[in-house]
Amino acid sequence: MEYGEDIMISLNINGETHAIDVDPATPLLWVIRDYVGLTGTKFGCGIAQCGACTVHLNGAAIRSCVTPAQVAVGQQITTIEGVSKQRGLHPLQQAWIDEQVPQCGYCQSGQIMSAAALLEEYPSPSDAEIDRVMAGNICRCGTYPRIRKGIKRAAVAINALDKEPVSDG
Amino acid sequence: MGKWSRRAFITSGVAAGGVVVFGVAIRRGDRAGKVRELIAGPNDAIFDIWLKISPDNTVTAIVPHAEMGQGVHTTLAMMLADELDADWSKVSILEAPSDKEYANYALARGYAAGDIDFPAWLIDSVDGFLFRATQAMGLQITGGSTSVKTTGQIAMRVTGAATRAVLLEAAADEWQVPVDELTAQDSMILHTASERSASYASFATSAAKMRLPSKPVLKGSDQFRIMGTSPQRRDIPAKVDGSAKFGIDANLPGMKYAAVKGAPVFGGTVRSYDAESIQDMPGVRKVIDLDDAVAVVADGYWQAKQALDRLQVEFDDAGNSDWEQGNIFKQFSRDLDASAGAGDEDTDVATGDTAAALAGANQVINAEYRVPFLAHATMEPMNCTAWVHDGECELWLGTQNPFGFAKDAGDAIGIDADKVTVHNQYLGGGFGRRAFSDIAVQAARVAAEVHYPVKLVWSREEDTRHDHYRQASISRFQAGLDADGNALTWHNHYVNKYDPEEAPHIPYAIDNQRIVYTKSDTHVPWGFWRSVDHSLHAFFTESFIDEIAVAAGRDPYQYRRELLANEPRFRAVLDLAASKAGWGEALPNNVGRGISIHRSFGTIVAQVVDAQVVDGDVTVQRVVCAVDAGFAIHPDGMAAQMESGIAYGMTAALYGEISIRHGAVAQSNFHDYPMLRIDKAPVVETHIINSGESLGGAGEPGTPPIAPALTNAIYDATGIRIRELPVRLYDLSKPDRRETDVA
Repeated sequence: MEYGEDIMISLNINGETHAIDVDPATPLLWVIRDYVGLTGTKFGCGIAQCGACTVHLNGAAIRSCVTPAQVAVGQQITTIEGVSKQRGLHPLQQAWIDEQVPQCGYCQSGQIMSAAALLEEYPSPSDAEIDRVMAGNICRCGTYPRIRKGIKRAAVAINALDKEPVSDG
Repeated sequence: MGKWSRRAFITSGVAAGGVVVFGVAIRRGDRAGKVRELIAGPNDAIFDIWLKISPDNTVTAIVPHAEMGQGVHTTLAMMLADELDADWSKVSILEAPSDKEYANYALARGYAAGDIDFPAWLIDSVDGFLFRATQAMGLQITGGSTSVKTTGQIAMRVTGAATRAVLLEAAADEWQVPVDELTAQDSMILHTASERSASYASFATSAAKMRLPSKPVLKGSDQFRIMGTSPQRRDIPAKVDGSAKFGIDANLPGMKYAAVKGAPVFGGTVRSYDAESIQDMPGVRKVIDLDDAVAVVADGYWQAKQALDRLQVEFDDAGNSDWEQGNIFKQFSRDLDASAGAGDEDTDVATGDTAAALAGANQVINAEYRVPFLAHATMEPMNCTAWVHDGECELWLGTQNPFGFAKDAGDAIGIDADKVTVHNQYLGGGFGRRAFSDIAVQAARVAAEVHYPVKLVWSREEDTRHDHYRQASISRFQAGLDADGNALTWHNHYVNKYDPEEAPHIPYAIDNQRIVYTKSDTHVPWGFWRSVDHSLHAFFTESFIDEIAVAAGRDPYQYRRELLANEPRFRAVLDLAASKAGWGEALPNNVGRGISIHRSFGTIVAQVVDAQVVDGDVTVQRVVCAVDAGFAIHPDGMAAQMESGIAYGMTAALYGEISIRHGAVAQSNFHDYPMLRIDKAPVVETHIINSGESLGGAGEPGTPPIAPALTNAIYDATGIRIRELPVRLYDLSKPDRRETDVA
């Protein structure tokens, strides 16, 4: 294969398999946006500095702007469009509405994806843990205080759900 | 939230395309049919261009401003709905499209230029009060913190109230009862005596035939039911699930992509490049010379970007590569010196006799401050999708000025602005940057060279290096104090004045004031940057008043307070911030507290910052913010705008620096033009005063006071007076390198 040549690759995004004819070195960001047509994942900097392009690879938050598409072949990719595992909104998305977090909204897909990975690791995160994990995501509207509140609200909601008795029906 | 588009109309046949800037269009026979067909469903009644009532009794508020995160769609709709006594749960919002067919474009342009009077044919069709509203709304410019105070006050509220009045009148006619026996409530009209009630929609058709009252009675604030509450913003649900469409998300059949590289030195042009060197690269379609930039069009954006990066382009520097940041500041100093020597400064304020008062002063204080150029760094890099076809041009992007963009794009490709349609999308940050049409011009020029739609996206590097920058500046101060430390004089001389005029003014009762400026041109393109000139002058003036207070041996809050004895509004805001912050309480050793107050865009904001400095590292622990914008229509939205303005101003104060090297911008991306991140973001407490004074803005006034409140806090913590931004230029672990010059 020559550099830059298109080949057919198969990507699993939000549980669906997509066969895409693309140069496998293309950053996953552009494949998700321009080839698959999922535009919730955003371009911000192209050098993994701002987090607007954050998606999950097998549940871990990654910067899709610097991740070649070929790295994701055979892996589970999750974008903002598929972050909610249940019907309706992810608890973080609901918390984002309840706390009225977004302003311009451009960075918020990435913020929510980073926050979702954070809550997997720290179900009840402290301020320091929030700061450490979320510091990779820039928001120019300065919604940071509300992001903190949103994460804490979602954590409470998720923990309450987890404590509910498991229905067998 | 709906977006009007002609295409949507054609496919759905219901809600529709076509801008109507002037309400008159609907009531004039020659146009009524067509407008009605375009903007209304078959049974919709249109009252004017900002309001539609549908048969299911939903009210649609049509707002002419761009949503860039400030919540303007929701806030403006609230103002209309409250005066209409509409059921908020049945109010939907539509952003008015900027379709030239119904916007009287020439009129709008002339009005903007201030060189046209509205023609008589228009005036006789619109009542005076609504007419003014039309003027304000026709331009669809979003900026200057004007949306609520102009569009909201004189258009949305008036429209709501006038429509309510004709609905009541129509109901009175139909029920044959006096109008004052009727009540309007939650989109219903009630007649208690006869126990009748009916929806607004049932009277809409007959009411639409009535003449709207020219001066409808507006509610007093004690009658508000929606204004002053904080309903959830309507744009937020789409912003949490990835479905909100920003300019960069435009997607058209057959669309290709373009990447662009502009001349690094401002004013420079393309000299040469070898298009053949990249033409065999995958997906590459065309290389286009844009005079001051080169665009590569390819099947995919990444392909375009890869090819552009490989393309060797030689640029001319237009003789501007000698510009260096250090020399720019030297030039400012030289021009200030020369102008002060010659006495040819331009004057902002001249009261009393500063020279005489200074001669009698007991103590004279001098200080010089400087600030760098700043870029906007919107999270969404500049982008525009353009399609030139059938003699027309369509643009998809987020803009603060759709008409201006249409004109500039049309001019660039030689078609009339009326043939340019702007499909305004959500703005991934505006802050003034999206008032400049350069990106639309580039996209239109590229699209004019091909037969398919093209999405042109700037890299972050291109965005950082080809912005329209907040000016760098130097500002010099001199004050004379009497033996008791009272300020006798305030003398301020700075370089380069843009807008607004009053930005350098101070609210303090100092009798002898001289505020003057001198022009000192550079080759760096200037742009509106959140709060514009206020962003620098608040830092200058609120730092210097702090220095005066310190020199007088007085508490900075009390000193300001005394000088605001005749400014009760200012004083109330200052007092609220100070008391909520616990001003005067003891603080830990390494924590300092600073205060500032500034009025911009009709809104007074005071902020108190608690800053901790450890080993030279600054952490802002808390910002207490008090704001008087007259009345907060949406208090939570007001608080959000204060939080946002503070973060934006704090980013600039701590880190923001665009510097010029060999005529070009030295910075490129977030690694060398850093942003505030969550780990440095303070807790912000906002306290609102509803003074009942005329409405001010919200989007910008939170920004100016934060820099001086922060640097005053750093002074309190360390004794180091920050006179140059950004703060990171200083080593705060060492003593002050420049002491105040005390004569």
